Amino acid sequence: MIGRPTALAIALAIVAGGLLFVPGRNSNGGVAQGPARAVPLRVGIVFDVGGRGDKSFNDAAYAGSERAVRELGADVAYLEPSGAEDREAGLRLFAARGYDLVIAVGFIFSPDVDVVARAHPNVHFACIDYFPGRDGVPANVAALAFREEEGSFLVGGAAGLLSKSKHVGFVGGMTGPLIKKFEVGYSFGVHRTCPECVVHVAYAGSSPDAYRDPAKGKALTESQVAATADVVYHASGATGHGVFEAAKLAGISAIGVDVDQHDEMPGAVVTSMVKRADVAIFETVKAVAEGRFKSGFQVFGLKEEGVDWVHEGPHADRLPDALKRRVEALREDVKSGLIHVPAE
Amino acid sequence: MNGKTLLLQTLASAVPYAFAAVGGTICERSGVANIALEGAMLVGAFAAAAGGLASGSLFVALVSAFVAGGAFLAIHGLAVVRLGVSSIVSGVAMNLIAAGGTRFLLRAIYGSSANSPTVEAFSASGAGRLILPALAIVALAATLFFFRKTALGHWLVAAGEAPEALVATGHSVAPIRFWAVVASGALAALGGAALAVDLRQFQGGMTAGRGFIALAAVILSGWRPGRAALACLGFALLDAVQVGLQAEQSGHAELLSAFPYLATLLLLIALGKRAGERTPRALS
Repeated sequence: MIGRPTALAIALAIVAGGLLFVPGRNSNGGVAQGPARAVPLRVGIVFDVGGRGDKSFNDAAYAGSERAVRELGADVAYLEPSGAEDREAGLRLFAARGYDLVIAVGFIFSPDVDVVARAHPNVHFACIDYFPGRDGVPANVAALAFREEEGSFLVGGAAGLLSKSKHVGFVGGMTGPLIKKFEVGYSFGVHRTCPECVVHVAYAGSSPDAYRDPAKGKALTESQVAATADVVYHASGATGHGVFEAAKLAGISAIGVDVDQHDEMPGAVVTSMVKRADVAIFETVKAVAEGRFKSGFQVFGLKEEGVDWVHEGPHADRLPDALKRRVEALREDVKSGLIHVPAE
Repeated sequence: MNGKTLLLQTLASAVPYAFAAVGGTICERSGVANIALEGAMLVGAFAAAAGGLASGSLFVALVSAFVAGGAFLAIHGLAVVRLGVSSIVSGVAMNLIAAGGTRFLLRAIYGSSANSPTVEAFSASGAGRLILPALAIVALAATLFFFRKTALGHWLVAAGEAPEALVATGHSVAPIRFWAVVASGALAALGGAALAVDLRQFQGGMTAGRGFIALAAVILSGWRPGRAALACLGFALLDAVQVGLQAEQSGHAELLSAFPYLATLLLLIALGKRAGERTPRALS
C-alpha cells in the first residue's frame, strides 16, 4: 500500500530519464557514396542538454552529421544525456563500442572528454568549444573552436550602419571570457562603421542560469532601449528570447547568435551571427574518413567559413544592399589579414 | 535612469517571486520545508503556455498553471506527509522531474527542446502587466486573511508549531500539511505563469533559480507572507536598478549583476538570527 506511490514515482522518473537517453541512429544503410570504405565510418554524437530541436548548436551539429551521412556514407548514432552525470557515460558508451569518432557538442563536455579520451587512446574524439584542462588537450582530441569575435565583428559592422540613434546594445549571458569575445568583436565592428556610436553592454548574470533567463534578457534590453539603443545583439542562449521580445515590443532591430534566429522573432531579428558547428563537424568526420585526423585546436574563423552572418535570402531582406556590400567588404579585409579582430 | 521603465520592471519582476514566496510561507508554516518551489514555478510556466496555446485564453492558461502546480506538488505532499520521505530529498527530486518533464513534454507536444510556439493569447496589451500583479495582491491578501482570521489558518500554524497540540484537540496534521503543500504549488505555479505570460511563450528552464530566491524571501521574512512579498519587491527593485545601471554605464557587469543576490545574502546574515527565532518549530 505505502510502497505504491514511491514505486510509481521511481518508475516515472526512470521512464522520463530513459526516454532522453535512447540512442537515435541515422545512416544510409552503410552504402558509402563518398570515399570508398569497406566498413562505414562509425560516428557517435553526444548532444548537450536540450538536444535536437534546441534551435541552436545541437541542431547545427545534427545538420553537419546528416551531411556526413549523405556525402561520406558515415554511420552516425546520437545520445542525449538527461543531465550532467550522463555526459561522461554517453561518451564512454560510444568509445567502449569502438566507434571511430566520438563528438561532444558543447564546452560543458570538456572535462568529460579529457577523462574518456585518455581511457580510450585509440578512439578519435572531437569537442565543440572545448576548453583544455590542466593537462592540455589529449593526443586523440580535436578541439573545435570558433573565432566568434570575427562573426560578431561583421554583425557589429551591420549594427553600426543600421543604427539611427547612434546607440546600440549588447546583451551577454554569463560574464567571462567566453562571451567577452562576442562583445569585443561586436564593439570593434560597430566602431569600424560608426566611430561615434555608443555600445551599451549588459550581462544577464554571473552563473550558468544567465543563459536561460529570458525575463532578465527582456529587462536588460528594455533598459537599453530606454537609453535610446535601436539595435541589440545578444550572445546569451535562451535569455536572448527575452531580448527579441523586448526588441519586437519597442520596434527596434535585434541580431541573433549561433544560428540563424530569424524565425524566433520575425520582424525583429534582422540578421544573425552564425557559428557553423555543421561545418566543423563535417570537416572533422571527413578528416577521420580520409585518415588525416588532427588533434589539438582546430580553429574555425571567417577564413575557414566557420563563422558567418545572415546576409542572403529572405531572412536578410531588411538589410539594405549597400549595408550588405559594406559588411562583405569587411569580411574580405579580415580574410586577407588587413583587419585583425581582437578577442579581448 | 528612466523612472517609468524602473517601476514597470520592478513590478514585472517582483510578481513571479511574490507568488512563490507567499505560497512558500503557507507550506513552510504547516511544517513542511519546500525547496520544490522552483520546480512548481517551472511546471506552472509550462502549463500556462500549453493552456494558452490550446485554448487561446489567458484565463484558461492561468487556471491550467494553478491546477498543474497544485497537482505537481501533491506528489511532494504525498511523499513527505504520507510516506515520510525527507522534504529535501523529495524537493530535489521534484525540481529534477520538473526540469526534465517540461523539456520532455515540450518536445513531445511542440517538437522543440528549446521553447514553445508564441502564445498569442498573451499578446493582449497589459495582460501580463496588470492582471498578474493584481492577482498577486489578491493572493497575498487572501493568505493574510487566511492566517489571521480563519480557523483553518490557525490549525495550519499549529501543525507547524505544535502538531501534538493539534492532535490533542482532535484534528489531524497530515491533511492540513498535504493541502498546504498543494496550495504552495498552485501559487508558485502562478508565479511561473507570470514569466511565461511576460515572454509570451515557455522556454526550457526559464525560471532560472527564482524559486530559490523566493524561498530566501520566505526565510528572511520570518515566514510572514506580507513581509515575504515585500522582500520580493525589494529584490526586484534592486535587480531593476542594476539592470538600469548596466544599460547606462557599461563595464561592471560582474559586480552589478551579482549585487541583488549579494544584498539578499547580507540581509539573510543580518536578519538570519532574528528570523531564525520565528522558524516554525516542527519544520522539517
